[in-house]
Amino acid sequence: MQIPTVAELFANGKSPEVLFWVGCAGSFDQRAQRITEAFATILDKISIDYAILGKEEMCTGDPARRAGNEFMFQMMAYQNIQVLNNYGIQKIVTTCPHCFNIFKNEYPELGGTYEVIHHTSFLQQLIDEGKIRLKEEGMYKGKKITYHDSCYLGRANGIYEAPRKVLEALDAELVEMKRCRSKGLCCGAGGAQMFKEEEKGTIRVNLDRSNEAIGTGSSVIAAACPFCNTMLTDGVKLADREDGIRVLDIAEMVAASME
Amino acid sequence: MQMAQQILFVLLSAAAIWLFVKNAGKIVRNIRLGRSLDLSDHPGERMRNMLLLAFGQKKMFRNPMVGVLHFFVYAGFVIINIEVLEIVLDGIFGTHRLFAPMLGGFYNFLINSFEILAVLVIVACVIFLVRRNIIKLRRFTSHDLDGWPRSDANYILITEIVLMTFFLTLNASDTLLQAKGVEHYAEHSTGNFVFSQYLQPVLSGLSVNALIAVERGCWWLHIIGIFAFLNYLPYSKHLHIVLAFPNAWFSKLVPKGKMDNMPAIQNEVLYAMQPELAPAGGEAPPKFGAKDVQDLTWKNMLDAFSCTECGRCSAACPATITGKKLSPRKIMMDTRDRAEEIGKNIDTNGSFQDDGRSLLHDYITVEELRACTTCNACVQECPVSINPLDIILQLRRYLVMEESNAPAEWTGMFGNIENNFAPWKFSPDERDKWTQEL
Repeated sequence: MQIPTVAELFANGKSPEVLFWVGCAGSFDQRAQRITEAFATILDKISIDYAILGKEEMCTGDPARRAGNEFMFQMMAYQNIQVLNNYGIQKIVTTCPHCFNIFKNEYPELGGTYEVIHHTSFLQQLIDEGKIRLKEEGMYKGKKITYHDSCYLGRANGIYEAPRKVLEALDAELVEMKRCRSKGLCCGAGGAQMFKEEEKGTIRVNLDRSNEAIGTGSSVIAAACPFCNTMLTDGVKLADREDGIRVLDIAEMVAASME
Repeated sequence: MQMAQQILFVLLSAAAIWLFVKNAGKIVRNIRLGRSLDLSDHPGERMRNMLLLAFGQKKMFRNPMVGVLHFFVYAGFVIINIEVLEIVLDGIFGTHRLFAPMLGGFYNFLINSFEILAVLVIVACVIFLVRRNIIKLRRFTSHDLDGWPRSDANYILITEIVLMTFFLTLNASDTLLQAKGVEHYAEHSTGNFVFSQYLQPVLSGLSVNALIAVERGCWWLHIIGIFAFLNYLPYSKHLHIVLAFPNAWFSKLVPKGKMDNMPAIQNEVLYAMQPELAPAGGEAPPKFGAKDVQDLTWKNMLDAFSCTECGRCSAACPATITGKKLSPRKIMMDTRDRAEEIGKNIDTNGSFQDDGRSLLHDYITVEELRACTTCNACVQECPVSINPLDIILQLRRYLVMEESNAPAEWTGMFGNIENNFAPWKFSPDERDKWTQEL
């Protein structure tokens, strides 16, 4: 499978219908790379006219801004918006809710206005339109699955249903945690916590959340954010349950269930 | 005698209102300590928020049982104020049940409704006291509330119960006096009311004079209680009964995920990248982020004064839940405490004299700020649209940009973003390496 880049298309006088914004986690983190690959596989399989920025992509500046470093954020925003506008990018799909939030809410007032869609909403649309066809007897059919709401998808942007609709399409038995949707508990990674040691407390946030997810008796914990994925995977490991429980991104589940 | 009562009543009302206006003025002054911010946009949407969140108490119903009980207290408070209007007019004109002859049968309907509400208020307040003091819900036993804030809550609940009891006893003694055909009570015969009739047996053994004393006593204590409550408000977290309305009106209209932009820095970066755009003559560098309450916006201050310290924010906060020092409720309480400290400083000195203290460090510690995951759970839960996260992020901006105060890992992360365009130490050349491994 060949992953097209915007630069290559541009050299041929073309531009992609949709830019797949991979994000730093999706590009560099080994676990998150699997999510990126799964999503790219889906896009490839159903012949979506897409491309990535490749080496031209940079951090959106989200962790710097949330940590308080507005200068660093503005530097990154300036450079990314320059690149995106120069290529005339109209539509962006991303597997990272943090990048999604930045594009949707924070770049427009800096001069970067694009149609932005999170990959779970995109997958839901493609399933609804019949472009993604799922196997009759998929591997998640009837399986107990719980969904962990990403804060930057859920509370931050009100997207609660799209990932659940996709799980429904997989015929999974969705078991909700008590703290779900707008009451969902954070995985502990947001606000640049991912990049520092947790403050002193009685329990790690990711362990508290993983315990709740494990408590649903699900064999899969579905996530829609590479950072949530890391935190929950670590939590399941800490709880010594990695043999029976997998933390998977919605995209991975769809990719594994396509005809 | 009647005249003396009227004069006393007018003087008392005037004093109560004067004192309240004076203290309310101080609160407005303290809210305006914050920097300016234009929130005059989208009046339609703001009206909708105020109707839904403040009048309709939409978010209180996230817990339906508590939502209903709180609604009783709220409706009781608002609706029984119609009765207070009659009490005030009776007090000024020396009349008795002024509205009764005007409204006829509808008057009894009104008073009956008030009595039912009064009973519901008492029931709700008793349940609330039990939740706080006997069941000891976690958000009510947290150290945030140690001392005055915990007593404050109990005083408010007890006062409401006492005020409602006065109102019911007043009606019970009045209707008993009517039945006995005593002077002007009988002239304004209303007949028994729906609930206070059951209190009559308690009072029926009393002589006519004693009954009049009870009726007059309840009348005076009820209205004195209301005036006292009015003047207690500016000193209490109970101020939310007033400020919830403007606070819902001015609540954030954009998605919760959006952080406020800093145009000063946006421009600084723009001029660094495109020097040809820079205006001639340098501007004085502004202060970045917030160190003290004057650096926050007036909306942050309105938030602080609207907070009734219910703790729904902290009960949902991943940091608080997992035993970190951060508690969003404490962020709001600290902001208000510091604003009041500055207010007192201004009252004493005429204008603010530097006291060597600030919201950051003296009230809110670095460890608290560092524990926030920016998950917006606190913002989501607040029934009156308070945004603790906005304050946390402004303080973080000051810490990092003015004090260069960041944990070593964050400093490393900033360096990585600057040099490698990713928060981790990977070469930018490897960003698309995954594509070759497919």
